[in-house]
Amino acid sequence: MFNISTQALFAQLLVGLINGSFYALLSLGLAVIFGMLNIINFAHGALYMMGAFCAYFLLNVLGVNYWLALILAPLLIGGLGAVLERTMLQRLAGLDHLYGLLLTFGLALIIQGLFQNYFGSSGLPYAIPQQLTGGQNLGFMFLPNYRAWVVVFSLTVCLATWFAIEKTKLGSYLRAATENPTLVRAFGINVPRMITLTYGFGVGLAALAGVLSAPINQVRPLMGADLIIVVFAVVVIGGMGSIMGSIVTGFALGILEGLTKYFYPEASNTVVFVIMAIVLMVKPNGLFGRA
Amino acid sequence: MDEARVLLDVKGLQAWYGESHILHGVDFSVREGEVVTLLGRNGAGKTTTLKSIMGMIGKRTGSVQFDGQETINLTSDRIARLGLAICPEERGIFASLNVLENLMLPPQVRPGGLPVEQIFELFPNLKERISSQGTKLSGGEQQMLAIGRILRTGARLLMLDEPTEGLAPVIIEQIGHTIARLKQQGFTILLVEQNFRFASTLADRFYVMEHGRVIDAFANADLAANMDKLHDYLGV
Repeated sequence: MFNISTQALFAQLLVGLINGSFYALLSLGLAVIFGMLNIINFAHGALYMMGAFCAYFLLNVLGVNYWLALILAPLLIGGLGAVLERTMLQRLAGLDHLYGLLLTFGLALIIQGLFQNYFGSSGLPYAIPQQLTGGQNLGFMFLPNYRAWVVVFSLTVCLATWFAIEKTKLGSYLRAATENPTLVRAFGINVPRMITLTYGFGVGLAALAGVLSAPINQVRPLMGADLIIVVFAVVVIGGMGSIMGSIVTGFALGILEGLTKYFYPEASNTVVFVIMAIVLMVKPNGLFGRA
Repeated sequence: MDEARVLLDVKGLQAWYGESHILHGVDFSVREGEVVTLLGRNGAGKTTTLKSIMGMIGKRTGSVQFDGQETINLTSDRIARLGLAICPEERGIFASLNVLENLMLPPQVRPGGLPVEQIFELFPNLKERISSQGTKLSGGEQQMLAIGRILRTGARLLMLDEPTEGLAPVIIEQIGHTIARLKQQGFTILLVEQNFRFASTLADRFYVMEHGRVIDAFANADLAANMDKLHDYLGV
């Protein structure tokens, strides 16, 4: 068990970091949406998948390259998210979490079903952009350029989002509206519009993760369904609605999963859920959650 | 004061919390530069009246005109943009924001709001605790923050809901001085207060509410002549 091969260990660590990047981006979107709207957004995985498909169509139908897709897909899918919020989720405001969860779960099934009907279950290829092909030989391991880019870019987006929410005026509106939306609105701030834009932003983050994922995992209708349960576990461990919690926990659990794959592969699919159970018993509000 | 124009004119205001009918036709007005106090026992509808004026109640009918503009069908954010501001009974300090963030939260709706330095002059305690979490302040400091916060906005009508509730006498005195100073500076203030002694030193006029209606009104000059009646109304 402890016959350590450095190369294999670092390779698994890199896989963990990559997965952690997706966990962090997706759980960040979920945390923003839950913190602000009190909605457990089960459609998040399906919207992540739509982000990847959006990049695929942009490339294969309109000839739009990866770099533009990184901007356009989050905008388009985020816009779709805003429409979903305005037309459906807004009607559930003030009701129990369960209603939002059921609605978004239903939406996820419909979206995934539609895509599966048209595209089957196998993956569609999406090429790594030319500028990011190849890799670096670090001596102890080979680091593919695209994977390094995904980690750095995800971390940058996560930290920028944290900064925007915790350190800017707009962020203070969001945090205050989470606590008392009626009063914030009575101060002259258009809270319903802010909620719609926040949901759109959270969905945009999921779509961004989808675009980043396309060259690594291919584009598949069930790519979100496979990931979303782990991402929910990440959000619960980090603390529902905690921004920094979702970022730190996302990356940490990705790395832990990678290490488990190396040391005890049989447990790699369950280690996140074991940790979730322990955290729920010891700290029910999550590692970074407020009581 | 009689010459001043009417800034807020409330006529036949009715409001509901869900199925509960709370206000049954409230009528009163506030002139520019006045301090007007709504008096009444617990449950008379004073707080609901302020919230209804501000559009914070789901269902309301009647007429609320601010500076000649009808606001009954406007959302609360649009009402605030006209120049009304509320300091709620529970103070509404945000736990996730520090003192400065709480103070800077409401956007400036009109020019003429007090600069932050002047607010710190009025409430020096706030400056000393500028980085503290809003809800870690004492009750008095939270009240100062809640009042200071709306002074920045440039609102022309300040609605203060029970600003002395649960505070020590020395803090009540400080808040009284502040309201008097704001009145001198020309702010129009609608005050809801159970502490009649406090209100009597500040208000130009009083309205008495009972069961969701205004049942009496008198000017400060007529206070002495109406004392017995007032004791009956307020049960003091």
